Amino acid sequence: MGRRVKPQSQEPEVVAGNGLLHRRALLGQGLIFAGAVGSGLGAATGAAAEPLHEGPWSLNVGAPIAAYQTPSRFEAHVVRTLDNPNNVPRNSRARTPHHLLKGIITPNGLHFTICHGGVPDIDPAQHRLVIHGLVKRPLVYTVEALDRYPMVSRIGFVECGGNSAPLFSNEPIQANVQALHGLASCSEWTGVMLSTLLEEAGIDPKAKWMIAEGADSPHLSRSVPVAKALDDAMVAMYQNGERIQPGQGYPMRLWLPGYEGNMNVKFLRRIKLTEEPQMSYYESRTYSQILPNGKAYRFYFLQGVKSFISSPSPGLKLKEPGYYEITGVAWSGTGRIAKVMVSADGGKSWGEAALQTPVLPKAFTRFRMPWRWNGEPAILQSRAWDEGGNAQPTRAQFVALRGQTSKPPAVTDFPSQHFNAITSWAVNAQGEVRHVYA
Amino acid sequence: MSMRNWVPGIALGAAVAGAAMAADMPNLGKPIDPKDIAPWDISIMPDGTGLPPGSGTPAQGAPIFAQKCAMCHGENGKGGIAAPVTNFAPKASLDGGKSIGNFWPYATTVFDFIRRAMPYNKPHSLTDQEVYALTAYVLRLNNLIGENDVIDAKTLPNVKMPNRDNFIIRFPERI
Repeated sequence: MGRRVKPQSQEPEVVAGNGLLHRRALLGQGLIFAGAVGSGLGAATGAAAEPLHEGPWSLNVGAPIAAYQTPSRFEAHVVRTLDNPNNVPRNSRARTPHHLLKGIITPNGLHFTICHGGVPDIDPAQHRLVIHGLVKRPLVYTVEALDRYPMVSRIGFVECGGNSAPLFSNEPIQANVQALHGLASCSEWTGVMLSTLLEEAGIDPKAKWMIAEGADSPHLSRSVPVAKALDDAMVAMYQNGERIQPGQGYPMRLWLPGYEGNMNVKFLRRIKLTEEPQMSYYESRTYSQILPNGKAYRFYFLQGVKSFISSPSPGLKLKEPGYYEITGVAWSGTGRIAKVMVSADGGKSWGEAALQTPVLPKAFTRFRMPWRWNGEPAILQSRAWDEGGNAQPTRAQFVALRGQTSKPPAVTDFPSQHFNAITSWAVNAQGEVRHVYA
Repeated sequence: MSMRNWVPGIALGAAVAGAAMAADMPNLGKPIDPKDIAPWDISIMPDGTGLPPGSGTPAQGAPIFAQKCAMCHGENGKGGIAAPVTNFAPKASLDGGKSIGNFWPYATTVFDFIRRAMPYNKPHSLTDQEVYALTAYVLRLNNLIGENDVIDAKTLPNVKMPNRDNFIIRFPERI
């Protein structure tokens, strides 16, 4: 894989072209970077420090504590982008600002949201969950009753099937990581395993599917194989410890770890067991993906293995040559991330990134790669593998199978879904980052 | 029973939970009669299961469309702030163009979706008779039925949808 350059004494080992360093350099060995400064690359940071002074916040009493705290006013730019802020009669979406986040858990206020009829204002005291169809005993549950059930907590992602759809464009669309990959987020979800409720209702062996339906105005419905329902499906009621946000399905949502976001029906109010799928609008039309030969995929349940670099990325300018950490997230609907490789020369050579623990199945995994930018043009890429042996495809491989547009669409369009190929960021000599195909 | 005893039972999966059923489960769901579920049981299956009594024709649907749908879908369904409902493209591609005529595999989905989700600003407000009439009108706009065809629980599942056989199940092993 990457060509290896023999390290000079006390300097981190270069593992791939354009200055990618061995991930060992992340282990907090200050000595290593002292060496780098000594070699002249740290010139700016080595300049005389400015004099220290007391800020007004150190000389005055602060504000009263808020009952529910929100981020510092200096972080007011760290927000979701809205594609339908005036709630005109169509879908509305809010995208996660990945370029400004550094962990694997998406803060609740920044979790991506797609609603097909606005955000419903559901009174939990009046909400009901009905389980019926091919069951021995149709049952209805209140939120209060479900809150007494044995609960399970699990960290995992939810990703819209249409996340990254701008990369189906035949030319790279100039947009930031939030616009390109912002329809995926990761949380700790807590709730009742759906298998528990289905067992209480008593599944008829003829049942192969279940139709899940929401209490939102479009009464959104999707068909889910019973096999998934009995595997790891959850009726999720809590998100990162607090009640699920309205945008994530308050007071309860179906959570199908690793499966297409739209199937994770929010505001869940009804589950009907059936022999056949319903062929709802969303499965038979919207989430059926047209292929270059004119046919279309149906029931593309799994979100494929994927990664992107969140920093550096478009909009985050590199101020000067020197040391940077390349970081991003990787995930797979199949299981754990096994490996992430990073390239700084457009895929000619690769170095293995460090995976931040915990590395959990069907969850965001953060990767980190130390990099010493020499000030010359570079193309940054990340590529992930999962424990099932699935490799994130190159864009060329992916497009050969799945196609691309004939002309660039709007960045908010969805030419197709389930795009999981490599994303490339070009850094120019000024340190500006652009989206490219490489 | 302590919470500590619950968790392993769940982790062992459905078979164990099923065997343990009655006594070991919370059983806090209330039995409900199917006739009490009926108002929520709005799923229409491709074979027509779930379709209510009633019928409609394109001519009956046209004035309802003009009154309740055209403000978003445009005059005669040609598109406005919402997508067209006509057969507006010869075929769908990654550049767009999915229509009921050229892409949707089942006509039952038209009835199901109109009834559950439309009109956008007052969903689930149409009578079944109105939904049949609008379904007929929209199918006619897509050249899928004749001008005088009647759409009801018998005829709707039999509407020939040209693209029905052009789908590939992506993960058949997961069904």
